[in-house]
Amino acid sequence: MQPGDTDGVRAKNLTIEAFADTIIPGEKRSPDDRAVAGAAPGGGAVAAGAVELLEQPGGGLAPALESLALGLNAHAQQYADERGVTLDGDVPAFVALPFAERTALVQRLTAPDHPERPMWVGLALFSNMAFDSAAHMNTVEAFESAHPGLLAIGYFPPNAKGLFEFDEFSYGYPLSPIHPQTTPMGDPA
Amino acid sequence: MTTIESTDVLVIGSGFGGAIAAYHLAAGGARVVVLERGPWLTAEEFDHDFKLGSSYTRVFDFVVGDGMSLLGGNCVGGGSVVYFATMPRAPRFVFERMGSIGRRMWPASIDRDSLDPWYDRVAEALPVTQQSWEKVPYAGGLWAAACAHAGRTANPVPSAVDVDMCTNCNWMMAGCRFDAKRSLLLNYLPAALAHGAEIRPMHEVQHLSRTDGGGYRVHYRIVDDEDYRVLHGGGAIDAKIVVVAAGAGATPVILQRSEPTLGPMPAAVGRYFSGNGERLNTAILDEDRVREVLGLSRAGGLAYAANQIGRGPTVASWDKLDASLPEYERFSLEQLYFPPGLGTILAQVPDAAGPSWFGVEKKEMLRRWQSWLTIFIMSEDDNEGVFGPPPDTGNAVRLSQQMLGHGPLRYRPTANTRRGWALADAEIKDILERDGLARVAPWTNDLVGAYTVHPLASCRIGDDPATSALDDRHELRGHPGIFVTDGSAVPGGLTVNPALTIAALAERAMPGIVRAAQERGVAVRYGAPSPDGSTAGRRAVVPTA
Repeated sequence: MQPGDTDGVRAKNLTIEAFADTIIPGEKRSPDDRAVAGAAPGGGAVAAGAVELLEQPGGGLAPALESLALGLNAHAQQYADERGVTLDGDVPAFVALPFAERTALVQRLTAPDHPERPMWVGLALFSNMAFDSAAHMNTVEAFESAHPGLLAIGYFPPNAKGLFEFDEFSYGYPLSPIHPQTTPMGDPA
Repeated sequence: MTTIESTDVLVIGSGFGGAIAAYHLAAGGARVVVLERGPWLTAEEFDHDFKLGSSYTRVFDFVVGDGMSLLGGNCVGGGSVVYFATMPRAPRFVFERMGSIGRRMWPASIDRDSLDPWYDRVAEALPVTQQSWEKVPYAGGLWAAACAHAGRTANPVPSAVDVDMCTNCNWMMAGCRFDAKRSLLLNYLPAALAHGAEIRPMHEVQHLSRTDGGGYRVHYRIVDDEDYRVLHGGGAIDAKIVVVAAGAGATPVILQRSEPTLGPMPAAVGRYFSGNGERLNTAILDEDRVREVLGLSRAGGLAYAANQIGRGPTVASWDKLDASLPEYERFSLEQLYFPPGLGTILAQVPDAAGPSWFGVEKKEMLRRWQSWLTIFIMSEDDNEGVFGPPPDTGNAVRLSQQMLGHGPLRYRPTANTRRGWALADAEIKDILERDGLARVAPWTNDLVGAYTVHPLASCRIGDDPATSALDDRHELRGHPGIFVTDGSAVPGGLTVNPALTIAALAERAMPGIVRAAQERGVAVRYGAPSPDGSTAGRRAVVPTA
């Protein structure tokens, strides 16, 4: 825990991390990592910076994160009660859920008929964006710091100018007959 | 007391509908002011950067509605700055569509033949050029090869990209920093400026009212440069003619909000919205099968693995643009690029055992992102979108400081629309899963509803006052002097990318708008050449002085 952290902030961060890890799972950062379930090899949304992205003031979700975490933990407790599961009290309820149960709960919360769907979809959208586009960082810097998401999707790195330019881009020959009614300008008839 | 400015013509929005109007009216001698709610950026400001606050979040708008989400431009140049510049003409049968009203929904005065000369003008102005196989990017070539393997055809699609200047960076949605994409920043808008038009960015029009002289007062607020949720002071400008071209997601909202001051709007304002029947499928290619079955290989010994390389959609299959098929069964299938960030969350894992859009299997799918091929369906939907009450300002309640908000559009796809999507999904699956080339799944509509990058028809032209907001000259029924020339004027889905049709309709509307301005005492003439002075494209069009 960092100086100045409160239990509330820690609980919020653990909960948001556990949600992001459910969207794009990753490997545990340490053996005692509770938020990251370790359900997939390599870094996931948490290592990719989901919490940093969600806390950006421009994103719009930062002021809501505390209440989202509280809401998520309330849903998790209810979910556990329904199944007669006893959660350990060391961590927030959602964090205490096993990965499969976190997944099932997120499916329930994001289902088309769930009244809170938009906010959970929003949280998922930003978690995913952290992984596949590193939207909290300059893209050049993301590559310099070996961002796990951009590397995982195999996004080609920028050139020395910090730009993306591809000299090789085409197979270079006709690969299909064109539609017989194409106009001389190349349009549909 | 604030001084009210005045002008001859006030144009709301600077995309195709606004830029074309601004050019012709300014070139003809009218005083023109363009109010644009987004920023005014130039090539060097268009970033290759995913960071929030980079050009893509400044110029792009993503509005989540109830059952339909819209993507569009939010900058000087509008959609032309963020679009992929794929510019086919709409097929002939589109103009004969009945849609949801049981009779031809286009005005009797418009069909493909009558619109072709106006298409010619736009094609000359941008310009739009025919594309060659020799310069089709890998993804387009792969789609073509798969279509041919399945006994289909595929075409390189006419485009407004200068291919010789293009670096195939696939950052078009953030604005083209190489000026290879022929956006309106390179033709109509500079020509309008040269003729004295004034463009004011970060000016968001909220509503219109009437003036004593039979004109209109346009009320705006200033949008903060960085945090679009923040509106600063405002003002108003009086004009004799108003051209509304804020885009199909915003034009009806401005008009609806103006009802208390302008009086009742036609019933079709904010109704009959079409998402152009759009839907996406993502295929994950088996690189070995691409090599073995299609015989494709590229530099480095790879077969494909080039999702990132290219310039948006370049090749389409038009086999189902067949006039003999029943309405709602016709569609085009176009190879598309969709960048990381916004879209990948909606891509579903084919045959997922667990959740399809997140989780362990989705991460595995993301690891193969370079082997994705995205196929874009443009079909015949049922104009089933309806706008609810407008938000207090703008066209959405903004969530993020840029780009993301919630809007009032409600869309429930009808059985017709869903059947067209299902037929198109099956066609894509048949082509791409053949001989083990790929596994395919459509994007989910469960998260943000359906989605479109081509919103249309929310304030449409037509001959029937009950089902069209505009007459065939694009004048708003019951409100003479207000014209609508953007995508909202298009009557329905086009089965192809609509930008060229939107622009051609705007060109076609110009003689009538100039005439209306003349009747209101504005000293203006119609007859300007192409923005660069060319005249070949206008020879087929009867000029009206």
